[in-house]
Amino acid sequence: MKNFKWIYTAGVILLAVLLTLTVAALILALLGANVLDTFWVIFCYPFTTFKNLSGVINIMTPLTIVGVGICVAYRSGIMNIGGEGQMVMGILCALLYSLSVESASLPVTLLVGILGGALWGLFPGILKSRFGVSELLSTVMFNYIAAQLYAYCLRVPLLDPAVAGGVGDPQTEKLAEGLWLPRINDLLDGLPKGTRFHTGIFVAIALAVIVYLFMWKTPAGFKMRAAGASERAARYGGISVDKYLVLAMCISGACCGLAGTVEILGVHHRGIGNCTGGYGFSGIVVALFGGLHPLGVIPAAFFFAVISYGCSALQINKIPVPSNMIDVLLGLVILVIVATKLIIANPYWMDRAQRKFTALFGRKEA
Amino acid sequence: MLDFIILFLTVGIPLSSALLLASLGETVNQRSGVFNLGCEGIMSMGAFVGMLIPFLVGGSGKVAWYVNLSGLVAAAAVGALLGLLFGVVVIRFSAPQGIAGIGMQLFATGLAGSLYRHFIGGAQGVAGIDALPIPFLCDLPIVGKMFFSCNPMVYFAFLMVPVVHYLLFKTPWGLRVRACGTMPRAADSMGIDVSRTRYQALAFGSAMAGLAGAYLSVCYAKIFTDTLIGGRGFIAVALVYFGRWSPVGVLGGALLFSLAQALQLAVQAYGFSSFPYEFLVMLPYILVVVVLVFVGKSKHVGPAMLGKAFNREMRT
Repeated sequence: MKNFKWIYTAGVILLAVLLTLTVAALILALLGANVLDTFWVIFCYPFTTFKNLSGVINIMTPLTIVGVGICVAYRSGIMNIGGEGQMVMGILCALLYSLSVESASLPVTLLVGILGGALWGLFPGILKSRFGVSELLSTVMFNYIAAQLYAYCLRVPLLDPAVAGGVGDPQTEKLAEGLWLPRINDLLDGLPKGTRFHTGIFVAIALAVIVYLFMWKTPAGFKMRAAGASERAARYGGISVDKYLVLAMCISGACCGLAGTVEILGVHHRGIGNCTGGYGFSGIVVALFGGLHPLGVIPAAFFFAVISYGCSALQINKIPVPSNMIDVLLGLVILVIVATKLIIANPYWMDRAQRKFTALFGRKEA
Repeated sequence: MLDFIILFLTVGIPLSSALLLASLGETVNQRSGVFNLGCEGIMSMGAFVGMLIPFLVGGSGKVAWYVNLSGLVAAAAVGALLGLLFGVVVIRFSAPQGIAGIGMQLFATGLAGSLYRHFIGGAQGVAGIDALPIPFLCDLPIVGKMFFSCNPMVYFAFLMVPVVHYLLFKTPWGLRVRACGTMPRAADSMGIDVSRTRYQALAFGSAMAGLAGAYLSVCYAKIFTDTLIGGRGFIAVALVYFGRWSPVGVLGGALLFSLAQALQLAVQAYGFSSFPYEFLVMLPYILVVVVLVFVGKSKHVGPAMLGKAFNREMRT
């Protein structure tokens, strides 16, 4: 039975999906919600109106950009969980630049954001290659450091004079209108008003394609992937693994910085307290779900944007489930995916399954 | 100045206990070769469960004491269960531990937050466990207030340092755990069940993480919020590297880190407000990075097969 591999793969994935849904349903039942209604809001409600769908696309934009960045790092053999910090640093640098320089322009602001993120990826990269510090730990520490830096800047130098001394969350002044990413409403006539649907999605898709071309069609990309696939073999082949490791972290950080900048230029138009929306972490799930491939990230990001929008809309739809549910789902999906991948790749288990399968459904092969 | 130092230490020691408990647990995990980054989430669930039971049952006097105790036990049990779940993913299915840990962290943190809103909701506290001054010793000048008037869980945390040390380095079980972390294939050929040992270590380590969370909600803050753990789980993992996988080293790390945090709180309390406090909050994290740089250089101290799955059927 030559194509048993396909049956096996499909079977395992089907079981994994069923398992995820069952566990999610159990948790929802424990929370006292109507499981079917909740699933409807999470999976279908986002498609009901144009406003909802544009909300989904707005979430999809940063998720795609971060996811692409995570792919680059992961493919190069380094696990970047500092997406949050890199987003924050991207936002911070972009804000510092755009609020202090009179002649700031949109492309330069984006570039400054990218550099800010890259800088925050550079440090853990160097720490890993030079001092052997686990990136899993250093990136988390850098997340906290970035968050504090941002909190300070928001509280003191960048504080909007309008809210200074008063109550309410600290925020910066509104950015100059010329720096905003254009909104689709303004470009096309006849769309429903009142949405914040911005053009960042095109940036995200373009980035995914560019990164794909870079990683798969250029020598540097090949070297990075080689270093990630087998460090020893790459070293033996004359690739300076350390250098590409740092480069990979820089690119990964740059993507996260871009994601943050696009988020403030497209949605908020100013620096606010909680501006990363947890995309730095959910981007990891998106990257994994997209098979760690930049182009696979696009549909994965769409899928997670739907779930994420659905979870945030639970309260509006009078379903008594807190929006923390999104974290539960994301975590569950990560655990199931990583396990499923290994089950599919395990030749011994496939062999065993095949024997059972033929014993059950019997046509003996010659 | 003396007042300042006393304040600084009396704040720092209770702060260190949660980190200490979680790091000691993580030390056992990592000695067995499993890198459990889900510690943060497990602490979160521990904090929720530890608080839920006193919140629902209540009681006063002697009853409250037993109720609180059962909350702590339940927190440890939930921690161990989550650890075993994590074990199924990384031991049975050999999944990459770093990512699975992130998954565990998201899952458990989200679950704790969701369940909290459903079962408790709002900012409601519990009476919790109060400090237990040790008779006579607590009357000593200065030292009595700093070391002998703490919460019972603080004494427990510090007591666990020699216990875990004994467990890891003086018992057959500890030898098995270390063998599984350093050379699982050799351990396997000597008839040690690597998977089972790792499951046991994970259950123990995660139970400690659950307790650490419960300490925060029941003894320290006496309230649960989404940000209660606030990254302590990740720091606990970093402290294991800091302490070079030894309980005594971890104790040093936990104290150093918490004192750096306490310094910030004490400075704020003493009103040197012109200095931006964000930079003081940052200090402990920078400290961890700096220390990791120096620890990273020294090889051959930690478990050699840390983070690597062991599969009997594979030939690598």
